[in-house]
Amino acid sequence: MSDKSSSSNASGFNRRAFMAAAAGTAVAAPLTARAAGPAATPSAAQDPQLPVDLTLRVNGQNRQLNLDARTTVLDALRERLGFTGSKKGCDHGQCGACTVLIDGRRVLSCLTLALVAQGHEITTIEGLADGDKLHPMQQAFIDQDAFQCGYCTPGQIVSAVACVKEGHANSDDDIREYMSGNICRCAAYPNIVAAIKQAAPEILKG
Amino acid sequence: MQPFVFQSANDPSAAMQALAASGGNNVTEAPVQALAGGTTLIDLMKLDVMRPSTVIDINPLSGAWSQINLEGENLRLGAMARMADVAAHPEIQKAYPVVADSLKLAASAQLRNMATLGGNVLQRTRCTYFRDISYGNCNKRNPGSGCAAMEGVNRMHAVLGTSDQCIATYAGDFAQSLIALDGTVEIIGKSGTRSIAFAQLHRQPGNSPQIETTLAPGELISGFMIPGRWPRSVYLKARDRQSYEFALASAAVALDMQNGVVRDARLALGGVATVPWRAREAEGLLKEQKFDDALAERVADAAFAGATPRHHNAFKIALGKRVVARALYQAATMEV
Ligand SMILES: Cc1cc2nc3c(=O)[nH]c(=O)nc-3n(C[C@H](O)[C@H](O)[C@H](O)COP(=O)(O)OP(=O)(O)OC[C@H]3O[C@@H](n4cnc5c(N)ncnc54)[C@H](O)[C@@H]3O)c2cc1C
Ligand code: SF4
Ligand code: FES
Ligand code: FES
Repeated sequence: MSDKSSSSNASGFNRRAFMAAAAGTAVAAPLTARAAGPAATPSAAQDPQLPVDLTLRVNGQNRQLNLDARTTVLDALRERLGFTGSKKGCDHGQCGACTVLIDGRRVLSCLTLALVAQGHEITTIEGLADGDKLHPMQQAFIDQDAFQCGYCTPGQIVSAVACVKEGHANSDDDIREYMSGNICRCAAYPNIVAAIKQAAPEILKG
Repeated sequence: MQPFVFQSANDPSAAMQALAASGGNNVTEAPVQALAGGTTLIDLMKLDVMRPSTVIDINPLSGAWSQINLEGENLRLGAMARMADVAAHPEIQKAYPVVADSLKLAASAQLRNMATLGGNVLQRTRCTYFRDISYGNCNKRNPGSGCAAMEGVNRMHAVLGTSDQCIATYAGDFAQSLIALDGTVEIIGKSGTRSIAFAQLHRQPGNSPQIETTLAPGELISGFMIPGRWPRSVYLKARDRQSYEFALASAAVALDMQNGVVRDARLALGGVATVPWRAREAEGLLKEQKFDDALAERVADAAFAGATPRHHNAFKIALGKRVVARALYQAATMEV
C-alpha cells in the first residue's frame, strides 16, 4: 500500500509549482507572540484556497502530503494515502466507523483535521497486525463471528483495543458502555462483546 | 465546508490577538474561531452552520492548560483538559462524583478523548433546524428569520428559559455540574484575566438567540474553579438510549447532610432548558429540612413550576420531575 506518487499528485496540483508560487510562505503558519502581528491578519499570501504541505505519521511511516486545509485525517487516509480500512459512516462523530488511534488514544478521524494530527502517531486498522499475524483483537472478531457486513468492524476493532488498554473491559456492562461510540447497523453487539472478552487477557498480558 | 486559513497558536497571547482580529461582539459567529477538540466546530463547519475564515488551533496550549488540581479546598480544571481524563480522575470521582459522572455519561469514549472542557461548555445546540441550513428560518443561525422548531418537531426542545425567538436546548452535561457547584470560569483576554461565575457565562435566548455567551472577541477560557468538596453528589441523565445520547432530562444534585437533615443543597437541570439551568428556588426548599420522598417531590415540582411546553415536549416536565426526585434520593442515600 505504498503510494508515494498519489500522495503528492492526486489533487492535480504540481507541488513544485505551488511551492514556487507561494514563495515559501506557509499557509498554515505557526502563531507565536512575536509573529502574531502579520500572522494575525491573514494576508493575500495566505490564500485559504491553496493547499498546504504537511507530514502525517501513519502506522510508523512518515507520509508527505499536499492538502486542502479542510481535509480530515479520515479523508487523508482514505483518499490520499490508500488506507481504506477506516470507514466513513456518518462523517459527523456519530458512528465510530472512522476510529483511529492518535498517540495511542482512540479518536474520531472524521472530526480531526489532518493539520492538527501533524507530529502525532496515527495508528489505523492496517497498523494493528504483526506482519501476517493478526492482532489478538482481529483474531477474536473472526473467532467470535463479531460482524455481518463488516462496515463498522475496523472502527470496532481499533476502538476495542483502546477500550481494553484503558481498563474498561472488566464486565459485559463495562464493555457495552465504553464501546457505545461504535454503532453496528447489523447489531452484532453480543458477538462483539464476546470478542473483546476473548482478546482482553492476551492484550493486557502484553 | 468553507475554505479557511489554518494557524496554530503556540501561546495564549498569539491566540488572543488572532481571535480579537475578527472584531464584532458575537464570539460564536466570529469569522476567527479557536479549534480545541473540534468535535463541535468541525462538525458544524461541515454542515456550513459555522463558517470561520480563519481557524486557530489552540491544541499547542494543552500542556499549560490541561492541569487538574485538587490541592487545597478547591478544584481547578484547565480548559484544555480532555473530558475523558477528568472523568477518569480517581480523586474527582471521590470528591466530585457529579463532575466525573456528567463527563462520563456524555458523548462516547472517542469524543471524550478529543473534547476539551472549554469546548464542551461552548458546544452549540443540537436543534435539528439549527444544524440543517436548508431551513431558512432559524433565529439563532439567521437572526430575524423566525424559528422552525416553534411549530415543527420540538420533542428535544427546551421547556425552561425559552423565548418566542428560540426554544433550543443547551445540550451539554458538564455545565450542569459547574453551575450547581457555584463554579467560576477563568477568562483571559487582552486586558488580562477575569473570573466570572459560571452562571454568568451563558445568555438565555431572549431577543438575540444568536448571542450565546458573554465572552468578548479575543477572550479564551483558560480554566474552571469549583469551591469546596462535594462527595455527596450525583449526575442523573435520562435519554432515548442508554449511552452515547444527549439528555432528554438530567439533574446535577449536591447535598451536604447531617443526621438526615439537609445543610446545603444544589440542583441544576440539563436537557430541558436553553442554558445551563440552576434551580435555585427549588433547591432552597431543601435547606434545614429532614430529607424524605415527599420533600423530593415538592422540590421536583418547584423546579418545573415555570416550564412552558410546546407541542411535542410536554413529556419532559413529567420526566424531568422524576429525574430530579430520583437524583435527590440517590444523593441523600449514598454512602460517603
Ligand atoms: C455524536 C456526539 C454526541 C455528543 N454527546 C454529548 C453528550 O451526550 N453530552 C455532552 O455534554 N456533549 C456531547 N457532545 C458534544 C461534545 O461534548 C462537544 O462537542 C465537545 O465537548 C466540544 O469540545 P471541543 O474541545 O471538541 O470543542 P471545539 O469543537 O474545538 O470548540 C467548540 C467551540 O468552542 C470554542 N472554544 C473551544 N475551546 C475554547 C476555549 N478554551 N476558549 C474559548 N473558546 C473555545 C471554539 O472556538 C468553538 O467555537 C456530543 C458530540 C457529538 C459529536
Ligand atoms: S429553536 Fe432556536 S436554534 Fe432551533 S430553529 Fe428555533 S431559533 Fe433556530
Ligand atoms: S465517520 Fe466518524 S464517527 Fe461516523
Ligand atoms: S457488521 Fe454491519 S455494521 Fe457492524
